[in-house]
Amino acid sequence: MTAFIFRRALLSIPTLIFISFISFVIIQLPPGDFVTAYAAQLRQSGEYLSAAQEAMLREQFGLNDPMLVQYWRWITNIVFRGDFGFSLEWNAPVSTLIWDRLGLTLAISSLSLVFTWLIAIPVGVYSATRQYSFFDHLFTIFGFLGKGTPDFLLALVLMWIGFAYLHIDVGGLFSPQYQNAPWSLDKVINLLTHLWIPLVVLATGGAAGLIRVMRANMLDELGKPYVETAYAQGLSERQVVWNYPVRVALNPFISTVGWSLPALFSGDVITAVVLNLPTTGPLLLKALQTQDMYLAGSFILILSVFTVIGTLVSDILLAWFDPRIRYA
Amino acid sequence: MDTKAPMPAERLLDLEDVHVHFPMREGLVKAVNGVTYHVDKGEVLGIVGESGSGKSITARAIMRLLPRNAQAAGGRIRLRPRTGEEFELSALERNSRAVRQVRGNHIGMIFQEPMTALSPVHTIGDQICRTIQLHMGLDKRAARARAADLLARVRMPRPQQMLDNYPHQLSGGMRQRAMIALAISCNPSLLIADEPTTALDVTTEAQILDLLRELQAESGMAIVFITHNFGVVADIADRVAVMYLGRIVETASVDDIFYAPKHPYTRALLNSIPRLGVDQGRRLPTIPGMVPDPFSVPAGCAFNPRCTHAVAGVCDVETPPQRQFANGQSARCHFADTFAEAAHA
Repeated sequence: MTAFIFRRALLSIPTLIFISFISFVIIQLPPGDFVTAYAAQLRQSGEYLSAAQEAMLREQFGLNDPMLVQYWRWITNIVFRGDFGFSLEWNAPVSTLIWDRLGLTLAISSLSLVFTWLIAIPVGVYSATRQYSFFDHLFTIFGFLGKGTPDFLLALVLMWIGFAYLHIDVGGLFSPQYQNAPWSLDKVINLLTHLWIPLVVLATGGAAGLIRVMRANMLDELGKPYVETAYAQGLSERQVVWNYPVRVALNPFISTVGWSLPALFSGDVITAVVLNLPTTGPLLLKALQTQDMYLAGSFILILSVFTVIGTLVSDILLAWFDPRIRYA
Repeated sequence: MDTKAPMPAERLLDLEDVHVHFPMREGLVKAVNGVTYHVDKGEVLGIVGESGSGKSITARAIMRLLPRNAQAAGGRIRLRPRTGEEFELSALERNSRAVRQVRGNHIGMIFQEPMTALSPVHTIGDQICRTIQLHMGLDKRAARARAADLLARVRMPRPQQMLDNYPHQLSGGMRQRAMIALAISCNPSLLIADEPTTALDVTTEAQILDLLRELQAESGMAIVFITHNFGVVADIADRVAVMYLGRIVETASVDDIFYAPKHPYTRALLNSIPRLGVDQGRRLPTIPGMVPDPFSVPAGCAFNPRCTHAVAGVCDVETPPQRQFANGQSARCHFADTFAEAAHA
């Protein structure tokens, strides 16, 4: 097992190097460079840089160096100093921008992931063990509705309901008076009245699909002979179902849990924009719209790195969970 | 027979007129259509029949593990294990406490596919220990020690290490041994073996049969051995019941089945077994026709369209009664007594 983890971790290093290089190339792709953009920004505020000044800045920032040298400078800054570069749009270091929003993003995303699983697994198991029952059909209908309804539409509807009938203010995570207030019980309660909408939206969207996956997996597993063997031991239906087929049917969940790591980081962009959530998703969208290259590039790099790490985590979890993979 | 009659003292399992139906869109399938047989304590009963003859479904009816779309449509199944209490299995619900106390405890079961009949994500030891702990109330350590003993009893090499192996690390024969260890883990009075050697090669098959015979002799448990292979039956069974289309057509001791079969179906089956050195160069006799589809079982004797001895007006009209013979043999054939002395010489 240790050898397996070590080998997999080692294999991911070249992938990470390759990804970081691609990210850097993407940052360099648009015409012009940091200085061109800086000059344009200054022009808007009425200042002008002479060609000599631009050339001097280029020399100063090392923009005339070969690409590999620039890449090396960029990546060592990130790895050794946590410096992701500077966002022109926000006029702030990229790391600060992302760091500010990371806590809330991770909180909302992981809460919604937990809710998704809490809904999807029991409902999927129920639907499979009571196939074609009334509740199975009901869950199927809700599942398809949930899958078919765009998240942002559901978000809008919930906001409208919250505003028109429950008389709470919606959007964002705090009412204006708490926005900059220090943490207090009132602020937490205020947060909760705002938090339920994104959680419901994100959890229903995710759960709808996973219910179908869980149901299909369970139906496959319930027909297998080892389930009959388990029944023939005298175990009750609940003991059989939760100890045997569910264990095997969870494998696809385990093997994809790592992929939710990048999703946790970026959040659901459109829903976050609609709900005006201060998460990283809208930040990424804005960075792409305004060609804020260091911010966008850093996002791409972080998302890719999270994908690689997530896959690694999934592989390890799956090997830990399923002996057939561990010994293969 | 009086349905209230108490079971004789030596009786372990008694099936009376058991019916299992499958309602399908195309009609009602009577997969088990009035099966009556019994198993005495310490006896090996072989049940022979083609695919679809209802032999496995009858076994599932005993365990109350019928598929969900099946209807237990009548009949009575009684079990009196070594412990002396009597269970009327046919009256128990699938998930009831009483039937769960019987399964794995008084009746062990082994299945056809050793490859898939054990959970792929639990070790052999975990699976056996769970059953032991469920029925015998042993703690974890005692259960593990017992599981290791069981693996040694089924002749697994290195039983202590085997406990921590997963099924996919074992060969087919080893998995079937593990399956047998699981089935006998609580000293059952009855072992139901549903084609346990069908998926194995002949060498392994012979080893598994030897093992079952030894275990049976050691523990005195009874075995219901379901198979489609007469050779296997000759090897292991004391008595044989032959099934055709949901009915037992003939029951007899293993010698009588082979040397004095009284039902034309049994005779035809035996004749279609190839024999080394006999009738060289001749075509192997086969049973004419096909097994009728289950939605249109022939009237009268279900075997009459394929039977070379069928008499029109009798066999295709009247369902043959059970004919009982002095030696304990019985056959469901109108003319069973005419074959009495006509053992294939």
